[in-house]
Amino acid sequence: MHVPDGFLDLTTSVATAGIAVGAVGLALRRAGREVEAGPAMPGLVSAFVFAVQMVNFPVGAGTSGHLMGGALAAALVGPATAVVCLTVVLLVQALLFADGGLTALGTNVLLIAVVTVLVGHAVTRGAQRVLPRRPGSVALAAGLGGLVSVPVAALVFVGLYAVGGAVPVDLGHLAAAMLGWHLLIGVGEAVITGAVLSAVLASRPDLVRVARPSGRRLVVVGADGARTAVAASPSAEDAGAPVPLRRPAGAALLVCLVVAGGVSLLASGSPDGLEHVAAAVGFEGAASSSAVSSGPLADYAVAGVPGPLAVTIAGVAGVAATSLVGAGAVRLVARRRAHG
Amino acid sequence: MPVPADRRAAPPPPARPGSLAARPRSLAARPGSLTARPAPRALARPSVRREGLLLPTGSPVHRLPPQTKLAALPAFAACVVAVPAGSWWALATCGVLLLAVVVASRLPVAAVARRMLVEAPVVVFALLLPVVATGPRVDVLGLELSRAGLLGGATLLVKATLGVLAAVVLAATTSSRDLLAGLERLHVPRTMVAILSFAVRYSAVLVQETRRLQVALAVRGGGRPRLRHLRAVAGGVGALFVRGYERGERVQRSMVVRGWTGALPALESSPASALQWAAAGSLPALALVVALTARAAA
Repeated sequence: MHVPDGFLDLTTSVATAGIAVGAVGLALRRAGREVEAGPAMPGLVSAFVFAVQMVNFPVGAGTSGHLMGGALAAALVGPATAVVCLTVVLLVQALLFADGGLTALGTNVLLIAVVTVLVGHAVTRGAQRVLPRRPGSVALAAGLGGLVSVPVAALVFVGLYAVGGAVPVDLGHLAAAMLGWHLLIGVGEAVITGAVLSAVLASRPDLVRVARPSGRRLVVVGADGARTAVAASPSAEDAGAPVPLRRPAGAALLVCLVVAGGVSLLASGSPDGLEHVAAAVGFEGAASSSAVSSGPLADYAVAGVPGPLAVTIAGVAGVAATSLVGAGAVRLVARRRAHG
Repeated sequence: MPVPADRRAAPPPPARPGSLAARPRSLAARPGSLTARPAPRALARPSVRREGLLLPTGSPVHRLPPQTKLAALPAFAACVVAVPAGSWWALATCGVLLLAVVVASRLPVAAVARRMLVEAPVVVFALLLPVVATGPRVDVLGLELSRAGLLGGATLLVKATLGVLAAVVLAATTSSRDLLAGLERLHVPRTMVAILSFAVRYSAVLVQETRRLQVALAVRGGGRPRLRHLRAVAGGVGALFVRGYERGERVQRSMVVRGWTGALPALESSPASALQWAAAGSLPALALVVALTARAAA
């Protein structure tokens, strides 16, 4: 499942790396207390994921497979910590074991650490809502998460390949092949995730994050009849309320810059959807050129700079200008409110 | 290790690394498991202990500060990826550049070749590409193959091989501790480096524990994996997680007891001189020139 060097072109790799950096940065903040309490626990969970990828599980008919662990890690330690832990595993594999390309590290983090964990977690939570509230349901829900997460990651890969694939492959065939193959892998992942989770639930149910009663509180009635609600367990406190994001705007801006600077290179030179429809319907003449059409950034390229560099500069400058205008507007509104 | 007769049914005593029980051949087959493989002689003489994946030869490449290598080798890989498909002279030049680094670092060829085995799945995919790719077909040995697929598959194979070789050089010339210090020097967030350092240290421990688990399973009649063994294997992995997590909590507590205040002390490392940066940077710089020339020609 690890993407090697040379599979996707450089622009796509840079763009996915930018998105991956943003996502992992957000995960580090969201993991909050768990990570800030100390590096030992997430480090050990990463080591666990690393070790578990070496265990060959029987999946029937004499074949065996190993776990990828996205949905399992999300179920055990929560999605934010799981993203961090799987990223660490991928870093160790790429830097120490040459497993997965150095330039494809961002792609691999995005696919394996971010997509599988988030999809697995979302499906697990969704399934928990539907299934009866019994201990056995937790393992089943996490297994469903594992089942869905693997093919979805494969589909995201097909999408990336469509944008920046090195070799022309029939995308329909590629999608069908990837989906079919990864559906099988997903079944294995589901079985293993469920089995491991029920084993952990049997011995230490308190360690399984998705099995914790979320938001359940004890109501304490004092002697004077006053009611106060307290968390059922000290750890339920931080499970319920994620640490507020301190600088989400900075991370978002970074991702925008990378996407604008890198991905804009990939943008097709053909007219975008709206322009195409306009031309087809025949009212393109009605849209007169705007005042900036002769400006320095006209049609998203910088005058006097050749080729792709111009598009990149235009993209980055566009993001910078937009965010400056946005920040100015926000400040104006804030000042008005302060006065009013 | 003598085992009393009455204890045979009990879980096997922790196999000492290096003893036969710790490394059944069939279980140690994964190429990525190099840290886990115990080095008996190294344990006997701790002074010459091999540190993880480092192959110490004391070459100039080994002596370069880790941050320069950490920047240079991925940059080199990026330049290789940027070479357009079918530009064989450019890829060959990049290969010669990297091989020059391998020669300069005096790494044993056999060990490097063994570590390159991790590339095997990519080779399979690259061989499949000519069959599945679209475009005009050519007849090769009675097979209808896509021309673009042949070109792309061969390019992918070369690029992936160079990428893997670059990563192998990085890991073989830099100890894992230096790698972490280098990441810190490159301003990777401290929290991330701290987690990474724990993951690197405890991966070896947990992999050893996994091997013991597999041995314990095998001696109880595990044999070939069958579906009815799933519960047993999953139970073992569940126990592995619980042990790992509890170990993490214990380590954390003992760190707090010893005065941990919320940040690990910076790893001891020295800044790189301009000369060292230039030496490490020469590899990606030359590769960049090659890649740009190839792109301009294409």
